[in-house]
Amino acid sequence: MSDIKDKLGMKSKQLGGIAAIGSIKSLTLIIFLVLFLILGKIFVEGIEVINWDFLIDSPRNNMTEGGIGPAIFGTIAVSILMLLFAVPIGVFSAIYLNEYATDNLLTRLIRASVNNLAGTPSIVIGLFGFGFFILVVGKSIDHILQTGLLFGQPAMLWASATLAVLILPTIIVTTLEALNSIPYSQRAAAYGLGATKWQTIKYVVIPQAKPGILTGVILSLSRGTGEIAPILFLGCAFFLPELPIAQINMGLFSIPMINPTDQFMHLAYHIFILATQSTNPALTMPIQYGTTLILIMITLLLNLAAIIYRYKFRKTLEITGKG
Amino acid sequence: MNVKEEEFISQYSAAVSKKKLIKEKLIKYFFMINSLAAIFLILSIFIFLLYESYRAFEQIGIGEFIGKEISTPGGTAKTIYQWYPTSEEPRYSIISLLVGSLLTALPATLISALFGIAVGIYLSEIASSRSREILKPVIEIFAGIPTVVIGFIMLAIGATVFNDLFHPPNRLNAFLASIGLSIICIPIVASLTEEALRSVPNELRMASYSLGANKWQTIKNVILPAAISGLSAAIILGFGRAVGETMIVLMASGNAAELTFNIFRSMRSMTATIAAEMGEVSFESNHYYALFVIGMVLFVSTFILNLIAELILNKMRKKLRS
Repeated sequence: MSDIKDKLGMKSKQLGGIAAIGSIKSLTLIIFLVLFLILGKIFVEGIEVINWDFLIDSPRNNMTEGGIGPAIFGTIAVSILMLLFAVPIGVFSAIYLNEYATDNLLTRLIRASVNNLAGTPSIVIGLFGFGFFILVVGKSIDHILQTGLLFGQPAMLWASATLAVLILPTIIVTTLEALNSIPYSQRAAAYGLGATKWQTIKYVVIPQAKPGILTGVILSLSRGTGEIAPILFLGCAFFLPELPIAQINMGLFSIPMINPTDQFMHLAYHIFILATQSTNPALTMPIQYGTTLILIMITLLLNLAAIIYRYKFRKTLEITGKG
Repeated sequence: MNVKEEEFISQYSAAVSKKKLIKEKLIKYFFMINSLAAIFLILSIFIFLLYESYRAFEQIGIGEFIGKEISTPGGTAKTIYQWYPTSEEPRYSIISLLVGSLLTALPATLISALFGIAVGIYLSEIASSRSREILKPVIEIFAGIPTVVIGFIMLAIGATVFNDLFHPPNRLNAFLASIGLSIICIPIVASLTEEALRSVPNELRMASYSLGANKWQTIKNVILPAAISGLSAAIILGFGRAVGETMIVLMASGNAAELTFNIFRSMRSMTATIAAEMGEVSFESNHYYALFVIGMVLFVSTFILNLIAELILNKMRKKLRS
């Protein structure tokens, strides 16, 4: 009798286990399904409006027609400036932390600051960017250079500086990981050949860590491209008739350059404005889907590139690790 | 840098020329100055918020940020919790915004804890190594979807679907925003859960199986308890992300500045308030300073959440090492 009871208990326990694992599987399936449905919907609706003209034209007719050329240009320009600010500082800090720093109070403080910066809400960083970069730094530059009101107002320069603050922790952490994964034996070999610390870093550590560092840069570029909250009030424009380009006069000819003191259009801001503030959201719906698809494709392709680079990096590490 | 290396370098340094040594030192300090940027930034963010909030408290008064007492026609005083900084009689109650933030972030945390932990368990314990290798990058890619896209989807598709299903009093409401938030929190909770579960040593799994436990019994009685602190850190970090998120709430919550506890009503969060009002506020007005008070509350609360998660994770790492 008790034997049967035991067996029944076992059975029900097994059934419970199967049910639990089944529900875990189905919850996972639901999430992936929902996400693929969302991406699929954006793709199907977006692909209809995307053509060459859509990519290069300016918005026309109260944003209901035309393309998103200036927004694509603005997004790329802001992202390039952002990387120019963030990548050197981020990579150099990681080199200090991994190669030079000993475990002291300063190092711990730096690491804690990086962690905290990563956890700070993006809108707070935007608030800081507005108050610090524009009202303190920009106004001071204007005051010193006597440029009137050129730097002390929302502009591409300050938007990209603020985004650089946002992505700095990502770059530091991923670069740290990349540097840390280079085996110590590699450095020891370089020292053994008479290389100084800097020569070791320059000729041995960085070349090997390059794909890993690049992974971090691409990931943070993807994050910075899609993030709009911190720069909502830092120079994003609803509509600009002309691209933020300045002609630099070089005597005989002039070179067109991104003008960092200008306002700019941005893909993410374009989506936000069209979806929430246009007079007729239904009329601009195809453009909204098209813009969303372009933005998503940029960020997804960047993420994919990062994953591929990381895979490559791991392969290199396997080889050097053995050697 | 370990002790061996230091010793080696000091012996080695004696042999190289002085000029080279100076160059090496200069390079080291150059890198060090760069790494001070993080400290500089976090300190200046904090000091900046503190200074502007102080100005707000000075000019408006701390009490105003909680609620405003007004006398009703009946003669009794009544405290109202509203955020109307631009009205004739400005009201600066952060309570309504705080409740708004929680009203979106808490349901989002619950949903993403349920789904995120399930996905984490699946990836770490159930999936074959091949499907894990495919699914993990996919999760990462999902985590990279720009939040403005999620906000747009919530407006374009979500609002209509939920309207037909639930008939809420407001088309855009806290529930819609929290669904959107959970889409970005699930990948975070999932990957942190997976990490925590994978850090449980394999010996524990083997010991459990050898005692006759099946897969679910092992997960439930051995692995989850061992990784519980990692799971709670994952949920806390997901919650922090949900509180700090701006675009989804700004687009999907309806932005009504009324104090409400009804999840199907329009409300307004702290982040969305800053985003919506910072562009139009006049510099150095009371309203301007008040926005920095919201920023301060946000900064401090996410700081505390991150600190708690960090402490829990450190404790877990120590436990797993021993």
